[in-house]
Amino acid sequence: MDAGLVAAQLLNGLQLGVLLFLLASGLTLIFGIMDFVNLAHGSLYMVGAYFCATLTDVTGSFLLAVALALPATALVGAAVELLVVRRLYRRDHLDHVLATFGLILCFDTLVQMIWGPEGMAIRLPAWADGQQHLPGGLVFPTYRLLIIGAGLAVAAGLYVLVVRTRLGMRIRAGASNPAMAGALGIDIGLLFTLVFALGAVMAGLAGMMIAPITEASIGMGNEIIITAFVVVIVGGIGSIRGAFVAALLIGLIDTMGRSFLDMGLKLVMSVQAAETSAPALSAMLIYILMAAVLAFRPQGLFPPKAR
Amino acid sequence: MNRTVGWLLLAALAAGPPLALAAGQPFYVDILTRLVCLAAAATSLNLILGHGGMISFGHAAYIGIGAYAVGIPAYYEIYDGWLHILLAVAFSALFALATGAIALRTRGVYFIMITMAFAQMVFFAVVSIEEYGGDDGLVIDIRSEFPLIDLEDGLTLYYACFAVLLGTLYLVHRVARSRFGMVIEGAKGNERRMAALGFAFYRHRLAAYTLAGALCGLSGAMLGNFTNFISPEMMDWTRSGELIFMVVLGGTGALFGPLMGAAAFLLLEELLSGWTIYWQLPFGLLLILVVLFARGGLAGLLEGRRG
Repeated sequence: MDAGLVAAQLLNGLQLGVLLFLLASGLTLIFGIMDFVNLAHGSLYMVGAYFCATLTDVTGSFLLAVALALPATALVGAAVELLVVRRLYRRDHLDHVLATFGLILCFDTLVQMIWGPEGMAIRLPAWADGQQHLPGGLVFPTYRLLIIGAGLAVAAGLYVLVVRTRLGMRIRAGASNPAMAGALGIDIGLLFTLVFALGAVMAGLAGMMIAPITEASIGMGNEIIITAFVVVIVGGIGSIRGAFVAALLIGLIDTMGRSFLDMGLKLVMSVQAAETSAPALSAMLIYILMAAVLAFRPQGLFPPKAR
Repeated sequence: MNRTVGWLLLAALAAGPPLALAAGQPFYVDILTRLVCLAAAATSLNLILGHGGMISFGHAAYIGIGAYAVGIPAYYEIYDGWLHILLAVAFSALFALATGAIALRTRGVYFIMITMAFAQMVFFAVVSIEEYGGDDGLVIDIRSEFPLIDLEDGLTLYYACFAVLLGTLYLVHRVARSRFGMVIEGAKGNERRMAALGFAFYRHRLAAYTLAGALCGLSGAMLGNFTNFISPEMMDWTRSGELIFMVVLGGTGALFGPLMGAAAFLLLEELLSGWTIYWQLPFGLLLILVVLFARGGLAGLLEGRRG
């Protein structure tokens, strides 16, 4: 097996992992604090990507487009919270699931009405669109390295925000006991809107970062959101640290499985049997991992402390 | 009131297709066949969702398993209908038993996400098996063959599907009214109290979950026969969302609720998609409004309950 190929796939797995973390951290925050199941989180990922694509066309600068698209996605998230989600906190999970399923249909159709059925590509600026020669003779696309760096930076920033700042203190207070936090003078309604918008920004950022590779397309969030759910479940719902560990784990396992499972299987079965079963098995790998984790720890790897 | 409307609907379904043919509108027989199959699937979901409070977001997987239980043997030119049905029911029940055993150890949002993830696992597994068409799906050249019954005849096929619907309704009705049904209904209301009364309701839930899966697999086999073409898209997670919507639209836990819900769902789909290509927007908005303002569904409205 080629060591360079393994290293490259490790980096690809890491890149998928940080994207999954950006999606899953918002999901897990929103669930941990508001006890709200948001299926439409993937729609915000899509909306972020389309905003970024249009703004890149208009401004001619990818970075400027990201800087403008982030607050725009936050506004969309805040609007969704104020118009729909806010009315559902007191309802059961079935209502959450159904209403946000309705939101997905609305978002997908609105995007089709505004941007048309075709996807939108984003052209990378020249400085991001090359290859980097890494130590060990490895060649890896610059932009994918940037995604990994940016994702890890956002994860660190999120940690600082939640653990070191006053807003983070309020978020944690809201998570552990909303009624008490409210009684102590924290505006819970505002806090919930902020947290939802924060989750939207991170989902949107993930969409913006992936769009130059895959292009922005309708329904792009509907597939990756399920993987983000698996991350949230494996990590433990409500735990940002769990989401981080699980996101990297699942990113790596999924990527490595797709690349190398057939080689591993060829050691134990015939070449033909390995080549037929490897794609199906590697597609199922993360779900099997999830089932295994749940069989032993039904609350996930890092269960949040009991309330 | 509810029951009256339900029986009227059944009577209309029994008499509808010959009338449509007599009026020279065979197109309506197709719509009604799809309606009857989806209503049977939604009715099986109602057993666990409505009566058991288990929000399974992966029920479309059983439609897919049932359909592929017809499609894969047909690919090998095995057309024995009884074998198809046996495979559809057995594999659906097996999959429900295996995944339910893990999923039912969890509660609330974990359960929703896990059932969704397991369904997605089947989806991706089928997508990656190129032998059976993968993403592109599989054409069923000859429908299941039964002695004396010729499913190639549209009207016969319709009445076979209708018989499956009637059987599913009857079985769900009997199970829900039995002591067994009372146990899962009681566990939905208050787990602790049921445990204190000495019921090991995990086993009851698992049995109900397995039965619902098997019944849905049967309706999937009929749907596969009807469409003559099966693809992984039949078990996309959004299909599961639509099944939940049918159950909730009709009214959870009401015997004829899913039937009314499926009828209303397909009627809306036909009307709106004939009116605009962006029909999913009003559809999604309606879904959100139903959740916010008409929680009892159609059955609730008929009974005069609201919100």
